[in-house]
Amino acid sequence: MNIPIDQVIALSAMLFVIGSVGALARRNVLVMLMSIELMLNAVNLALVGFNRVWAGVEGAARLDGQIFVVMIIAVAAAELAVGLGIVLALIRNRDSLNVDDASLLRW
Amino acid sequence: MSFDLFFFYAFGLLAVFSAIAMVGFVRHIVASAMSLAVTTISLAGIYVLLAAELVAAIQILIYAGAVLVLFLFVIMLLNLREGDFAGGVSGWNAFKLAGIGGSVGVCVLLAARVSELFAVAQPTAPPPQGFGGYRALGIVLYTEYVVPLELTGLILLAAILGAVVLAKRSLD
Repeated sequence: MNIPIDQVIALSAMLFVIGSVGALARRNVLVMLMSIELMLNAVNLALVGFNRVWAGVEGAARLDGQIFVVMIIAVAAAELAVGLGIVLALIRNRDSLNVDDASLLRW
Repeated sequence: MSFDLFFFYAFGLLAVFSAIAMVGFVRHIVASAMSLAVTTISLAGIYVLLAAELVAAIQILIYAGAVLVLFLFVIMLLNLREGDFAGGVSGWNAFKLAGIGGSVGVCVLLAARVSELFAVAQPTAPPPQGFGGYRALGIVLYTEYVVPLELTGLILLAAILGAVVLAKRSLD
């Protein structure tokens, strides 16, 4: 009946690693943004899983984890809006989706 | 295998496969965005199994709705050429597959070890009636967490202004 929480954490860790590989290895700025969203989703999954543990405890069924998830989703949406605005500015100025073409501030 | 566990594994496999497809194996950027949508919808299914119904609904509304539409709109606005899709997949394929597979494996082992070390608590009882529904979550959100909620609204306002300023033709 109950889903084992360690398996939820394992799934969350897998998604986080896939997202971080995407954010580090891909050079396409849109795929990098999607990978960041994937990492935030993985964190949300871990928070919901931990909150499910508390839901079973008698007299301590609190919803803090799920509130955190709602906040993270809102902040992720804000981050995405600004990020896509930056993508549009990048395309306009560099005419490319490749992050290697925007290396002016790199060391 | 119980009903819940079966759906957890099904949704989990779907999420992982479409995430890997999004990162490494899809050539077109629109297909990447669709894979992200599949991942987030399967995560919403897992949220339902974990007694977070309102969060699942929000997940589908925001990710499969707003975020996907935002990505598709930007892709459409960009007026991409064929050359913009290159340089992601071709020569790197085997190396990337090894990298992703290896790190995922290490991660699973690490998670198993961590849950062993710290004796992760398991849910013992079913959640109380209405747990994770809109009523329970709303009461907490609008009483105990009302200040963070308002601050989130402020962040969203700042993000709207930032996006408008950044997306304008000229910055003057």
